[in-house]
Order: sequence, then structure tokens, then C-alpha cells
Amino acid sequence: MASIWEYANPKKFIETTDRFLPFIAIAAVVALVGGLVWGFFFTPEDYRQGSTVKIIYLHVPAALMAINAWLMMLVASLVWIVRRHHVSALAARAAAPIGATMTVIALVTGAIWGQPMWGTWWAWDPRLTSFLILFLFYLGYMALWAAIENDDTAADLTSVLCLVGSVFAVLSRYAVNFWNQGLHQGASLSMDKEENVADVFYYPLLVCIAGFILLFVALVFLRTQTEIRARRTRALLARERLG
Amino acid sequence: MIALLTRDMRLAVRAGGGFGLGLAFFLIVVVLVPFGVGPENALLARIAPGILWLGALLACLLSLDRIFALDWEDGSLDLLATSPVPMEALVSMKALAHWLTTGLPLVLATPVLGLLLSLPVQGYGPLVLSLALGTPALSVIGTFGAALTVGIKRGGLLLSLLVLPLYVPTLIFGAEVARRGAEGLEYTAPLAMLAGITCGAIALLPFASAAVLRVNLR
Repeated sequence: MASIWEYANPKKFIETTDRFLPFIAIAAVVALVGGLVWGFFFTPEDYRQGSTVKIIYLHVPAALMAINAWLMMLVASLVWIVRRHHVSALAARAAAPIGATMTVIALVTGAIWGQPMWGTWWAWDPRLTSFLILFLFYLGYMALWAAIENDDTAADLTSVLCLVGSVFAVLSRYAVNFWNQGLHQGASLSMDKEENVADVFYYPLLVCIAGFILLFVALVFLRTQTEIRARRTRALLARERLG
Repeated sequence: MIALLTRDMRLAVRAGGGFGLGLAFFLIVVVLVPFGVGPENALLARIAPGILWLGALLACLLSLDRIFALDWEDGSLDLLATSPVPMEALVSMKALAHWLTTGLPLVLATPVLGLLLSLPVQGYGPLVLSLALGTPALSVIGTFGAALTVGIKRGGLLLSLLVLPLYVPTLIFGAEVARRGAEGLEYTAPLAMLAGITCGAIALLPFASAAVLRVNLR
């Protein structure tokens, strides 16, 4: 019985991800192109929002991945703290800029959507504010990675920061709820709710979300491979200088 | 532990810089605000709770990198780490010393500065109460940030980037208590939340700070 921890071996990780990466990447492209084309050109316009509703196909998946990327970093950090697999720490490091980019996409598309709908680019709404705070957390996390020279020290410190940051990010999420009333609508993609978006929008949206997830996985694999190889190169160079 | 606390206090008071600096910074921020927004009393009274909270927070931030930096440079942090006192107690004492030398003077100075910003009379009690409850959390969270960045040269800016997002919940509830108090509203709910955050931070964060300090001293 093969254990999942086998893939913590960098060599094994690169071999396995190399095998899957092309398929995941192609699937991501297909799902993204398919979902976006379907969403943009083959769905009706909303009777109140007109064609601006179509920004949902970028906004919602990006926002979803922004949070899930942090969640993935949290899990990877925990794995690093508990089992000290280097691949795990590098995966967390690789995911951070992607998550930050997703956060920016969500914020920017939200602003572009908010302008015609709410009449403002930005409001200090709880959801918007907590996304901005999440972005600050991403920035701090990446800055800490960049600031420390020793790899293991950096991995340790950033993973603790990720844990503490997660607690405070959740706290902030609920604190801003308390602090201001919202303009943003509630969740409209729950599994069991009546007020979900209508099916015509729902299915292309699901395809787009799948595309974003696949894209995220592909990028994390790729970036983790890059990190592993960069570290190997550094080790080789250091050895050559010695020898 | 008591010896450590008194040593830190004595250093902070006698070495100069750290002790008075935060207070002076707080004063300057508060003095600068009317220049920025204009001297009307009504406007100042409305924003006074928020300004005072923000000023206290920034003054607190200013002195954070001194918590470990000096001890790190002259090596006494290594000695302290090898002493029989557990690391968690060490960082708790450091946070307590920081609060006593920075947070407490800020709390005591706030009423005077509230006067400058024409804070309504009923606002003083809640403001001082919220700061007294909230600044310990600022010190403890800041100690965590300081422990994270202790090994980094010129880590001051990074420290702010790391610590400020962590300050958000404390600031929200603290400023909310002060604002509601100044407007004569009920403020027990945010006060309870603020106390909860402070208690939680004091209880849990020293473990995280100790863990990262151990990594940094490795």
C-alpha cells in the first residue's frame, strides 16, 4: 500500500507531477476557455444587470480560489510543522503569489462590477474589507519568505505566521461584519439553498470554477517544481564552490 | 521571571528612547490631526475616538522592534534562552514589560489628549477602558511579530507589514467601544469581544512567539 507521504520525496513529486501536469494544464485551458466562452456568449443577459452580470464568471471563481489558496497554504504549513517535508513548505511558498493574484483579480473585477451596479468602485463592506485584509496577509507572508535567507528558518517562521494569520484572518472576517453593514450579497452558490443563481448562469459558472481550480493546481505544481529545482541548483553551485 | 521583568523595565526607562518616544509620537500624531482635518470642534469630537485608538496603535508599533532587537544584538537573548525559564514565560515577560513601558503610559495619557480633540465627557470612561483592555493584546501580538523578525536586518518595515493586519480585530472592537461610548450608546458587546480577543491573544500567542524565537535562535 503506497502512502501519500511517498510524494513528499522531491524526486517522486517531480516525476509524478510531470506525468499529470500536461493533462491538468490542458483540462484547465479547456475548462476556462469553454466556461468563459459559454458564459460570455451563450447565456442570456440578466434582466436587471444587463451584460455586466457576466463578470461573475471571473469574479466568483477568483474569490473562491483566493480563500482556498490560503487554506491550502495552511494545510501545507501544518504538514511542514508536523512532518517536515520540504516539498510541503515549498508548495505553500509556491501557492502564496497565486493566491495573492486571485485576491487581486477578485477585488478588481468586483470594483469593475460594483461601479455600474452599486454606483461605486469601492465600499467598506465586510466582504470587500476582509478581502483587502486577506491580501495584506498574503503580502506579509510573501515578504517574510523573501526576507529570510536560510530556507528552513524561513519555512518554519512562515508556517507559524500562516497558522496565526489564519486565526486572525477569520477573526477579522467576523469583526468587520460587526463593524459595518454590507452592500455585497450573501452566498448564492450553496448546495442546498433556494436563492442560488439561475441554472443558465449556474452551469457555465461551475465550469469556470473547475477551470480556476485546475489552473491553480497546475500552477502550484509548476511553481513547486521550480522551487525544488532552484534549491537543487543552489545546492549544486554551493558544492562546486567548495570542491 | 520577576528579575527579567524588572531588568527589562529598568533598561527601557534608563536607556532612553524607547520609553518616552512612544508617548511623544502619540502626542505628535494627535497634535497633527487638527492641522490635517481642520480645527472645528464638532468634527474633532466625532473622529477623536478613532484617532486616539489609531495613534495609540501606531505608537505601540513604533517600539515593537526594540523588544528583542537589543538583546539579540548583544547576545543576551541566547543567554536568556538557555536559562531555566521556559521560552513561553520569557516572551510573556517581554510582552508585559513592553505593555508596562508603552501601553500603560499611552492609556494614562489618553484623557489629556482626548481633551485636545474635544472628546465628549461621557467618552472618557469607555475610551480609557477600551485602551486598557486592548493595548495588552497589541503588546502580545507585537511581541509575536518582533519574535518573527528578530533575525532580519532592518526588519522594522517588514514588522509593520506583518503586525498591522493582525491588529485589525483589536482595532475594530476597541475603536467601536470608544466611538459608542463617546456617542453615549451601549458598548458592552464590543467591549466583551475586545476582552475576548485580548484574553485569547495572551493565552495562546506566547506559544507561537516562543516557537518562532526558538527557530530564530537555532
